[in-house]
This record gives sequence, C-alpha cells and structure tokens, in this order.
Amino acid sequence: MWLWLLRRLGQVIPTLLILSVLVFGLQQLMPGDPALILAGEERGDAQVLAQIRAELMLDRPLAEQYLHWLWRVLHGDFGFSWRIRMPVGELILTKLPVTFQLAAMSFIIGVVIGVPCGVLSAVWRDRPADWAINGVALFGISMPNFWLGIMMILLFSVQLGWLPPSGYVPLWEDPLMSLETTIMPAFVLGTGVASVLMRHTRAAMLGALSQDYVRTARAKGLSETLVVGKHALRNALIPVVTLGTIEFGRLLAGAVLTEQIFSIPGFGKLVVDAVFNRDYPVVQGVVMATALIFVTLSLIADMLYMAINPRLRTA
Amino acid sequence: MNALDVEGLCIDFHTERGTLRAVDRLSFSVAPGRTLAIVGESGCGKSATALAILGLLAENAETSGRISLAGQALTPQAQRAARGRELAMIFQEPMTSLNPAFTAGEQVAEALRLHEGLNPRDAMQRAIAMLERVRIPEAARRAKQYPHQLSGGMRQRVMIAIALACKPKLLIADEPTTALDVTVQAQILALLDELKRETGTAVVLITHDLGVVRDHADEVVVMYAGRVAERAPTAQLFNQPEHPYTIGLLGAAPRLDSRRARLASIEGTVPDLRNPPPGCRFAPRCPFALAACEALPALAELAPGHWVACHRAPLDAVIAA
Repeated sequence: MWLWLLRRLGQVIPTLLILSVLVFGLQQLMPGDPALILAGEERGDAQVLAQIRAELMLDRPLAEQYLHWLWRVLHGDFGFSWRIRMPVGELILTKLPVTFQLAAMSFIIGVVIGVPCGVLSAVWRDRPADWAINGVALFGISMPNFWLGIMMILLFSVQLGWLPPSGYVPLWEDPLMSLETTIMPAFVLGTGVASVLMRHTRAAMLGALSQDYVRTARAKGLSETLVVGKHALRNALIPVVTLGTIEFGRLLAGAVLTEQIFSIPGFGKLVVDAVFNRDYPVVQGVVMATALIFVTLSLIADMLYMAINPRLRTA
Repeated sequence: MNALDVEGLCIDFHTERGTLRAVDRLSFSVAPGRTLAIVGESGCGKSATALAILGLLAENAETSGRISLAGQALTPQAQRAARGRELAMIFQEPMTSLNPAFTAGEQVAEALRLHEGLNPRDAMQRAIAMLERVRIPEAARRAKQYPHQLSGGMRQRVMIAIALACKPKLLIADEPTTALDVTVQAQILALLDELKRETGTAVVLITHDLGVVRDHADEVVVMYAGRVAERAPTAQLFNQPEHPYTIGLLGAAPRLDSRRARLASIEGTVPDLRNPPPGCRFAPRCPFALAACEALPALAELAPGHWVACHRAPLDAVIAA
C-alpha cells in the first residue's frame, strides 16, 4: 500500500513538470505582447517598454525565464501578477475556496440526483419511469449551462425574487447568504454532473444486476432493496467513482461561463481575465494549481477505487 | 412427510418469438435426507425447474402447478420467506456466483444475520464455523478474503456454506461441480453427501453427469425437452433403463471401466420448444419409434417407483421380439 502510494507520487512529479513546460511554451504562442498591454498609455515609449521587459525578464531567453520561474515555484513562490499586482499564490488562495464551495455544492447536487436516478432507471428498465428519467437526463446533458443559468435568474430572481441574481458572499461571512448566492450556479453545474452520473450509474447497474452474484443474493432471501442497494450497487459504483472524481476535477478547474453569468469570483473568472490581460504568471499559477488538484483527485480516486474494489487491493 | 413435492409443474417463457413451454407437467417428491437427481441435456428444463422452486425465474416466465415445501404450498410470498432459510440453492458457476466486493465470511454471515437475527460478530463467528464445516482450511483467515483470492473449489465450498448456514429443509444444487476439475468435484460431492446425512436436508441435484448421479442420488428423474421421460430409483434406472432416451444417455456417458474406444451418441438434436413435435418429443430421434409415438405417451408405472413415458415400454419385450 505505502509502496504503491510512493510509486504513484513518483508519477506525479514528471506529469507536473511536463505540464509546466507545456504551459510555459504555449503561452509564447499567444499573440500579443504583455509589455505592450502593461504599458497602457505609454506604449509608444521604447524606454518604458524596455524597462517593463527587463523587470519581467521578458528580454531573457525562454529557457532562462522558465528555469527561473520553476526555481521559484519549487520554493513555493508562484510569482507576482503583472496586472493585479498581487502574489499569484495569494490570488489563487483567495479564489480557490470560492470555486471549491461551488464545485462541492454542484457535485453534491449531481450525486444526490444522478446516482439514485441511475439506480432506479436500471431497476425499472424499459418502463415509463426509466424513459422519463432518461429523457430528463438527456435534457440535462443537452442544455447549455449559460442558457439554464439565464432562465433560472429570470425565474427565481426576476420573477419570483427569491434569490439574488448574481454576486457572491463568502461562506464564513454569512453562510445562509452564501448558499443563496451559490445555489443557482451550483444547480446549473450540478444538472450536467447529475445527467452524466445517471447515465453511467444506469449502465453499470444494468451490468451488475445481470450478474450471478445478484441471483445468489436473491437465493439467500435478501430483500430486493438489499439486493439492489448493497450487492449490485457496491459493484456498480466502481466505475462511477472514477467518473465522479473526473467530474469533480472539471468543476474545480472552473466553470468559466457559469461563473461569468452569476458573477462568481472563482477560478474560471480569474483565468479568463488573466489570459485576456496576458498576465502570464497568473495563467501559469492557475494552470499548475488546477493540474495539482487534478492529480490529487485522481490519486484519491485510485484510493477510493481500491477501497471499494477488493480485487485491486491485493493484486 | 416429503421435504419437497412438485405436482404438475409447467413453466412457460414468453419471448419475442413466441411462447415456449420449458417444463411440462413435471411431478416429483424428495424425502428428507434423500437426494433426487434431475438429469437431461441443456435446455431440457432442469435449471428452470430449480429456479421455479425458489421463485427466481425471470419476469417473462409463467409457472403453474403446485410446489410444496414440507407440506406447505409455496406461494410467491412463501417462497420469499423460505429463500435462504428453508430453501437454499447452490449454482453452477462458483467463479461468478459470489459477490466480488464482499469477503467470503461476510457473504456467509449475511444470511445468518438476516434469518437468525444474529449480531455481526456472532454471525461472523458462526460463518467461520460454517466455513470450517465445509472443510476450508484456516477458515478464520479465509473468511477475511475476497472471492478472487479463493480457488474454484474453495468458492463452491463457500457457496455451500452460505446455502447450508441456516439449515435448510431443501437444497437445490444446480450442476454444482460442472465448473470444477475432477478431483475437486469428488470432494465437493462427498461433502454434500456428508452434510446431507448430518442435517437431514433433502437435496435436488441437477446434473447432466450420469457418473455423479450413480454415486450420489437415491432417485433419478430423466427429463427430455421439458417432459419427464423416466423416473426411477437410481439402481433400477442404471440396471434396467426403459426409455430409449435414458438408454441413449447411458450409452453416451463416458465410463472409465469401459473398453469401448468410441462413445455412443444419440442422433439428431433436441427439438425447438416453440414448436415441439406433436407426440412423444423424443420420437424424431428414437430408434424404436412407431406410428403410435405420434400421440403423447403417458407416464406409466412399470415397476414400483419406476415410471416411464414411452409407448414401447417395456423395451425388453421389444428388443427380445
């Protein structure tokens, strides 16, 4: 187990290194000169531009820039935002909880709706309830988030006036208000997750329910609830857990459009703004942070996988 | 009182291509502590019969007739209540019949918790005792292992432990050793015999292996295309088979003590049950068939306990003539 964990962590380091090179390299391909953008009004002044370039090390060879950045990252320093004039690390730390809260709420909504619906539609296979659940799921997958977001704002904020249309209040300042500001975007993101999870849970459950061990469970005299909820579901969840972790990672990477519509100051908004402003340190920082989150999540997924799939534990 | 009585059991499957009768007017009984074997080719209705007794047939199946367990009629509700308690079954595929996500011990203990209301710790202790009883070495350690860590024979022992945990009145063993290699086969069957003697459980042994039947059954029902061809005490059936199909089966069975190089085989194939032959279902393949065989033969008692459904029975007279 510990050896496995060590090996797994060993894989993480090259992944992150390769990614950092990619991010650094791809940025250079983006059109537009950061120095020009930062210079603003004084963009005509060659001396100002030269000074900015020197300050940001833009006049150095790319390899040197990269190594310099990497060296600092290894010391926990993600650099300084050129635009917002704040350390990137600090910037990420202020945005992360927002995105994390939104992702967690969306994920809970997705799981609570998606998994039971998938189970029920497998149990009621080819009956009206199954068709209805599948129809709703298809709708959930097909509906663009920005449209659903706007519709929800129209209904719950404009028409009914129940919820604030946009903005964000941190959880630790006013929990109730915070939930009110995030419930709609969380629902918008959650429906997508629910639909995907439902489809996969249904398929996995159909597979599990046709297994011999389900017949054994019935022959033991277990109630149908136990047969489905314990014997079939436990096995069906194995692929669903992996998918769920990927979905959670996707949510954490930032929901650009949804955050934009509801004016949620999360990761998605941060990275989009940074890209438009050619704020390279922020882009690099956010991408690396996202990658780290993804890698950690996939590690957690593998551990969960081992917990629920005994065949992997002793292999 | 018999442990199991089956009277006039019919099983119909409604499929997209029409309805087929998988089992037609099947009757038999098993006394406590006795073993009845049901023999026949694939598709003759043996497994459907087993699942019908447990009430575990697929939704497209329809059954009629009477099934009684220890004199009590088995309604669907009674079947639900009896499953795992008075009525147990072990299946053909030990590799897939255990749930891969739970330990062997948990799977045995589950039935005990459910049916005997034991707490998890007591149930696990009883489960370990049960695993010892089915001769699993180091039962306490094995109980903590998952099915993939156990061999096929070991898994089938676990299945037997699950089935017998609550001391059922009837155990149905559907091809319990088909998937196992020969030495393990013999051990498992010997174990079943021994446990049967100790507990007085009645056993319905479903198999296509006549060697198994000869050594382990008290009585045999030979089924062909959903109908009983012949029913007799084991010794009687082997010494004096009356139905041409039984004779064909006995001829087709490989025997170690036989010097014949070639195996006899029965010409032709099993009829399509959606559209069975009008009379005796074996007639198209039967070397003794006559015009009379186009009518359905009734099951007649030739000797005490020896029933045959054949127009030509007793065959001795036919062969002598």
